[in-house]
Amino acid sequence: MNTIRITTPLNEKKISNLKAGDRVLISGDVYTARDAAHIKLREMLKDNVNLPFNIEGAILYYVGPTPTPPGKIIGSAGPTTSTRMDDLTPLLMNLGLLGMIGKGDRSDKVVDLIKKKGAVYFAAIGGAGALISKSIIESQIIVFPELGTEAIRWLKVKDFPVIVAIDSQGVNLYKTGPANYNTKKSHKPSY
Amino acid sequence: MKKVYYEEIVKRVKDKSIEMNINMDKELKTLLERSIKEEDSSLAKEIMKDILLNQEIAQKEGIPLCQDTGIVVAFVNIGQDLTVYGGNVTDAINEGVSRGYKEGYLRKSIVECPLRRKNTKDNTPAIIYYDIVEGEQLSITLAAKGFGSENMSAVKMLKPSEGIEGVKKFILETIKNAGGNCCPPIVVGVGIGGTFDKAAQISKKALVRDLSDKNKDPYLRELEEELIQEINRLGIGPQGFGGKTTALAVKIETHPTHIAGLPVAVNINCHASRHVKIIL
Repeated sequence: MNTIRITTPLNEKKISNLKAGDRVLISGDVYTARDAAHIKLREMLKDNVNLPFNIEGAILYYVGPTPTPPGKIIGSAGPTTSTRMDDLTPLLMNLGLLGMIGKGDRSDKVVDLIKKKGAVYFAAIGGAGALISKSIIESQIIVFPELGTEAIRWLKVKDFPVIVAIDSQGVNLYKTGPANYNTKKSHKPSY
Repeated sequence: MKKVYYEEIVKRVKDKSIEMNINMDKELKTLLERSIKEEDSSLAKEIMKDILLNQEIAQKEGIPLCQDTGIVVAFVNIGQDLTVYGGNVTDAINEGVSRGYKEGYLRKSIVECPLRRKNTKDNTPAIIYYDIVEGEQLSITLAAKGFGSENMSAVKMLKPSEGIEGVKKFILETIKNAGGNCCPPIVVGVGIGGTFDKAAQISKKALVRDLSDKNKDPYLRELEEELIQEINRLGIGPQGFGGKTTALAVKIETHPTHIAGLPVAVNINCHASRHVKIIL
């Protein structure tokens, strides 16, 4: 199993080296957005308002962290389920979004677009919010503070641990991984 | 007659709300350690090692295991011979949750109206189920239920003719459909019987049983054991990336039902499986 270090912003060359199943350590800038923030971003685009960050080559992290305790940079900050963002993801990918961090499989439409755009979908370990928070070295709300945990944050990360879940060739670890271990085919029951 | 005071309930619920979000269940740790040894996939092993490392960091830093600190579900048994002074139990539980989620820097994930979605800002109200029991004890089992796994749960009204095979098929389909979304390795709570709502309620109750707890009914115990093997043959694995460890435990609760029905509910819990018991 490979462990690869990459820095943001992403580009075609950096992404082309990443294969489904690789462990990757990301350093640089990551922006957070989950359900409510995606809806806000769609409204901004509809109203022809500039997005609050440069989306070209950017990485979005689907996360709603716990409140930051005194003296800390951020609270617990693991990934949320990505498929809830699937309907609004194409809008952002068409503007140059190249990387996403979340958990769980994506829709066929998003997988096709990842392949077409040479993008990448990373999975962070769901439920490892304390561990992940250690790789976040700066955090600042940049827009929509009224959304609380769902506000859009800029995060500076160092060696942020992820797994390549869907690579730029469209290889999907959520399909290939379990297929290797599914022993039910050889098993007899009627279901 | 035993007296229980409102403030006492508030304080215990507050403390336990914080504690259950930071400390991993010891039995869960043991199950994960065992699964790491038994797993073939190196990625699956690494993921489970990270989950254990995560709980070490959470404990050391005093921060939650997971950013989704859940909706609080409480199963309350009230002994009919006790009296509560200073306020009612529902308010006391909610005040404890409110204080705990604020003081513990836990995430407030509850919206008041599911359609208008305004945050209540203190993670209340909790979902509370009451049972009146004999005696003078007040016991509150609290759970912090995350929604990554809750969203992948399902209820189905089967026909009686579908029987046990239909039940197994529905459970396996639900877990297969959940894939990596529900943060495997998971704990599976199954509720069979009752009504549409009762099946769902007892599937949640199944999730707050001790992980080491064996079903008292040998027939159901055998079914739990068979199901965990069947689920782990699906190959979903930790986080949905393949492996032998999809479920760490399966718990089944049943309830008498109608001659025309066979309700089944599958409530999935992520690997955090946070629940604690308070006895007053």
